[in-house]
Amino acid sequence: MARTVIPFGPQHPVLPEPIHLSLVVEDEKVVEALPTLGYVHRGLEMLATKRDYNQMIQIVERVCGICSMIHSLCYCQGIEEMMGIEAPRRARMLRVVWSELHRMHSHLLWLGLFADSFGFESLFMQLWKIRERIMDLNEATTGNRVIVSVNVVGGVRADLDEGQIRWIKDTLVEVEASIRSLQSTIMNDRTVCKRTKGIGILSKQAAYDLGAAGPMLRGSGVAQDMRQLKYAGFDEIAFEPVVETAGDSWARGAVRFRETLQSIDLVRQALDKLDSGELATKVKGKPEGEVITRVEQPRGECLYYLKGNGDKFLERVRIRTPTFANIPPLAAILPGLDFADVPVVVLSIDPCISCTER
Amino acid sequence: MKMLPTVLANLFSKPATRNYPFDVREPFATTRGELVNDIDRCIFCGSCSRKCPSQCITVGKEGNNGTWSLEFFACIGCGICVSACPVSSLSQKSTHRPVATARAVITLTGKLPEKPAKKTEKPTAPAQ
Amino acid sequence: MSIIATDITADKLVAEATRLKAEGWRLVTMSSVEIDAATMEILYHFDRELILTNLRLRLPKGGTVPSISGVLFTAFLVENEVRDQFGVTFEGLVLDYQGRLLNDCTQTSSSPFCRLLVNQSGMTVAKEVK
Repeated sequence: MARTVIPFGPQHPVLPEPIHLSLVVEDEKVVEALPTLGYVHRGLEMLATKRDYNQMIQIVERVCGICSMIHSLCYCQGIEEMMGIEAPRRARMLRVVWSELHRMHSHLLWLGLFADSFGFESLFMQLWKIRERIMDLNEATTGNRVIVSVNVVGGVRADLDEGQIRWIKDTLVEVEASIRSLQSTIMNDRTVCKRTKGIGILSKQAAYDLGAAGPMLRGSGVAQDMRQLKYAGFDEIAFEPVVETAGDSWARGAVRFRETLQSIDLVRQALDKLDSGELATKVKGKPEGEVITRVEQPRGECLYYLKGNGDKFLERVRIRTPTFANIPPLAAILPGLDFADVPVVVLSIDPCISCTER
Repeated sequence: MKMLPTVLANLFSKPATRNYPFDVREPFATTRGELVNDIDRCIFCGSCSRKCPSQCITVGKEGNNGTWSLEFFACIGCGICVSACPVSSLSQKSTHRPVATARAVITLTGKLPEKPAKKTEKPTAPAQ
Repeated sequence: MSIIATDITADKLVAEATRLKAEGWRLVTMSSVEIDAATMEILYHFDRELILTNLRLRLPKGGTVPSISGVLFTAFLVENEVRDQFGVTFEGLVLDYQGRLLNDCTQTSSSPFCRLLVNQSGMTVAKEVK
């Protein structure tokens, strides 16, 4: 039994961002996995000392490109709680609309990468073709495809008029039809099942103890989703977390697929509940005190700890992103796998390393 | 085999991609593109420079003229300066700046606005 | 406004973490913040069914804290990060990156996140690797 140490990453075709795993392999079976981070550390939390609390919104958005609006939503929510401001109802509903559009495009991106990881390139292209419709929605309503930059402390700074709302609803009808036409391929195709079912199993107790977050937790049977905290406009929207019980890569993929379809429904609910109101509340004073807020990003639970002392510069901005929480469970499920299954399992946690290392 | 209907549909329909650069899409009206400053309206108050998250705008004075410089490679196109400008001299085009081969700074100069006369002094120039 | 946090000392930390784990709480993360020139604090955030409970641990800068990664495996990554950023040493870390988690070139005893830099000479430093 010969032991070899094989480096996985930091550059690997399945990885959207660089992470290094030292895999100790004994004759094709992985025995141990040691993660190494540090390839995209930008020190964004440190910038809080140099940029005031309004400029930090733009910094915080750029922690991650795919979940950028939800990062700034969490940050603005925290500052609003610290200063005792409440965003108007229209702003809270608009935040839900853009958050769920972000969730959809993030999950479609991941589903495409997932298909690409086991060589199913045509499915990858079809999924990203659907995703382009949502990027167009982003650009037409907010001004930018990826980093939409719509949140301000107290509300949002872009609005949707009647024509745009109709266009979003029409696009969602087409997007839903396209996704459903690919449903049997993604969930039941023989190649997909052979590469993902029964591989990389994380039991329910282990997922909870190891601190997994998001679809990794819900794919193992724990029904926990931070949207149940009813932040932003979720207090008026009917929502149930999507849960699968198998705990393998297929279950995690199925959770994300079903969440995409659920997000279409959430956007429709939010658009119907838009009232005519202000877009943002006026902000007076400076942030003081400490606050913890949590939101549900596409990859899981994100926690922000903010501390201010009455100055326009915040004392501490601490961000805990979901992939940071998902790396210890990854290190725990890799032992025992075949070496060829490692890329698919690593991708099934939806690694967003730029979030992890900020 | 489950993807066969999609494959056949794609085989007999037009490509989903545009033939760029021969076929260019009209930009959306709200796209945040290149930042431009109408220097004749600018009052050189410096609000844009204070609010900018990437600190890429510098506003200064040279004698009777004010200068407004933009490090356009550092600009992230967020549009905070556009919302902060009190006289709406800043705006964003809906097309993006074309690529450049060297980092540079755009500097615009304009006349400083005349100061409004104080009540205790004799008025020296007509108020704006 | 302030968050609800129970103050705790370093010697009771592991016992409290074990108790919370037995009651079904999971560790979300740890946050560290500097208070003044000589003190900092580490907050431990635990979650159970969407309710957060926090522990606040005050310690001198460059000090030593027992690690809870033996009890809660997920803590190893965040404790290594706190070590890299604030120069705190954790005793009994399950997987110790020796201060090289985020950056291969840092010395093992630096605290880049502290605005007021700690005097390096009087600190207990972990053994140098290589």
